[in-house]
Amino acid sequence: MSDIRDMLVEQVSRLLADRSDPATLRAAEADTWPEALWSEAEALGLPLALVPEEQGGVGLGWGDAAALWQVMGRHAAPIPLGESMAAAALLAAAGIAPPTGFIALGLPGEAVAWGRRATHLALAPGGEISLHAPTDWQQGRGLIAREPADQPVLGTALAEGRLPAAYGPDAALLAGALLNAARIAGALEAVLDMTVDYANTRKQFGRPIGGFQAVQQLLARCAGEVAAAGVAVANAGRAADRRGLAGAEFEIAAAKIVAGEAGGTGAEIVHQVHAAIGFTDEHPLHLYTRRIWSWRDGAGPERLWARRIGDAALARGGAHLWADLTSRDEEPAA
Amino acid sequence: MPSLQFPLRDTPAEAPALRAELRAFLAEAGRDWSPMVPAYSWMGFDREFSREVGQRGWIGMTWPKTYGGGERTALERYVVLEEMLAVGAPVGAHWIGDRQSGPLILRLGTEEQRREFLPRIVRGELAFAIGLSEPDSGSDLASLRTKAEKVPGGWKVNGRKVWTSSAHRCDFMIALLRTAPAPDARAKHQGLSQFLVDLRSSGLSIRPILDLVGQDGFNEITFDDVFVPDSMLVGQEGNGWEQATAELAFERAGPERYLSSLPLLTEALDDLRAEPAAPEAVGRLLARAATLRQMSLSVAGMLQEGHTPAREAALVKDAGNDFEQALPERIRALVDPARTPPQVIEMLGLMTMVARSYSLRGGTREILRGIIARQLGLR
Repeated sequence: MSDIRDMLVEQVSRLLADRSDPATLRAAEADTWPEALWSEAEALGLPLALVPEEQGGVGLGWGDAAALWQVMGRHAAPIPLGESMAAAALLAAAGIAPPTGFIALGLPGEAVAWGRRATHLALAPGGEISLHAPTDWQQGRGLIAREPADQPVLGTALAEGRLPAAYGPDAALLAGALLNAARIAGALEAVLDMTVDYANTRKQFGRPIGGFQAVQQLLARCAGEVAAAGVAVANAGRAADRRGLAGAEFEIAAAKIVAGEAGGTGAEIVHQVHAAIGFTDEHPLHLYTRRIWSWRDGAGPERLWARRIGDAALARGGAHLWADLTSRDEEPAA
Repeated sequence: MPSLQFPLRDTPAEAPALRAELRAFLAEAGRDWSPMVPAYSWMGFDREFSREVGQRGWIGMTWPKTYGGGERTALERYVVLEEMLAVGAPVGAHWIGDRQSGPLILRLGTEEQRREFLPRIVRGELAFAIGLSEPDSGSDLASLRTKAEKVPGGWKVNGRKVWTSSAHRCDFMIALLRTAPAPDARAKHQGLSQFLVDLRSSGLSIRPILDLVGQDGFNEITFDDVFVPDSMLVGQEGNGWEQATAELAFERAGPERYLSSLPLLTEALDDLRAEPAAPEAVGRLLARAATLRQMSLSVAGMLQEGHTPAREAALVKDAGNDFEQALPERIRALVDPARTPPQVIEMLGLMTMVARSYSLRGGTREILRGIIARQLGLR
């Protein structure tokens, strides 16, 4: 899969470098749907990228998806492509042919980003999945990310199915957590790069502020968090490819926790280094950091996932902690 | 500004069988360990334990068989290291030799040095100390002044080394010494050389320094006209800085940079079940541990491929130190002393104290972050 992954990552990087510019991001926050970006993503086959080839897709796995979502986060892509990819993957897994266009993915208690533009909505509670064509959307807006965030008025289900056992009862939440973790990891790379550039050009006391140890120490810490988020996301994608979404719950939870923590720390540092200019509307930094803050809460904040894996570890007990941690990617000894 | 990459690695196919062997061995060996043992782990020292580890082929695992090594992979060795550290085994008597002195001798030593030293390290019989820091040269290591002057047949060493872990129990030290004056203040990295120094040499005295726990873990070593034969020079005269920097990549790359306090989590876990805040706190710690483990494995993979991942190792060490240092404080916030077994309270207390060393030893947090910042392109 790696060749296709590399190729798509490069294509998507190029597309987003052109089309996911600050002007488009600002327009999206003012309700202008980035039509050109979406249609080029469709032309690349991205909405159905996770659907098996025999069902009309590209047949990418979750690890590939995580890599693509990270690139989307790096460019703060203002389209709900990741959600639509995940929704199509889950529908296809349940034997429901995913429709073309934007399929929103419903998560418990969350508004749907750009729901008003969705032709369809997939809901996947408790291992079931259903496809809807909502009759209307109560329009809203994300407080932090400022993107349109809407509540569906559900029509009758167009199709219903059951997910294979490997998807477990929380497939949509797990896919959403992987998506949000990956986007945070990508956006963190972008803001770290922006901030290093800024620190090397902004001069005070006669020299670039990046020459001051106080600033270097902050950015080095930020780099550690960025690296940790990227590794946690890659590990979660690999685990989901190997064991399915349900079997990768620990790794996906870990990715959401680490990316969420890294997002908080990283955003704090990049704003501190940018100082007042980074607090302005004019500077593009907040186009990324506001999304990082928002993605932290998407598909469950760190707290929710930490309780989940923490409860499991406490139930297993200290005697199993290390063995459980090391056995996840190893076949048991004969 | 190339960002550091940490490609995922799998543990080797041999890992499960190796783990089973190690766990059986460690369960037996660790039956009577007091909380002091895991609290010190690789700063502890137990020759008998190290000899047993050597007998099982777990020292010098990757070295050529000619020198007693096992010719196994760096990732198999990694499995052994992480199993040892996860229980806080007292590995200090062979740790330094296995991790850096042996590999240095193997890479740059003479054939005579390899034959003399490596088989004894492998057997767990020869303990090494690290001779880098000096009273006036800590983070600014290249400013070190302990000097070796050329004399017939060898070198005459004068000066002092400090913070040398377990030197009073070790046999040899690899010392970084000044063999030529620095041409100027900006070129102080020149004129340094590495030597194998017998810690029982005449003129060499070792004064234990008590640490804040009250343990005699580290030392000050005074060289007073200590004679070191020519045959004990390691590598090239004057090339010591480059050699020692490469050695630091080995020193910083291992799982000991994030696992130091993990035994406390294992030990305390069962008694945290009634604490409402425990699931979230434990979940956050586990997420970090699992991620650091992947980062650490990634660096082990780079070593396996023959790279010298000095910057990657610095980043993983820094991130790992943050984790292992925070862990005792997180556990403390959850523990009810009235309802917690005394051995957990004791280990928590010891690790609360010892944890201060995590972000100092092997390069302070500030030095590591300076390395990372330069990698980012900050000047």
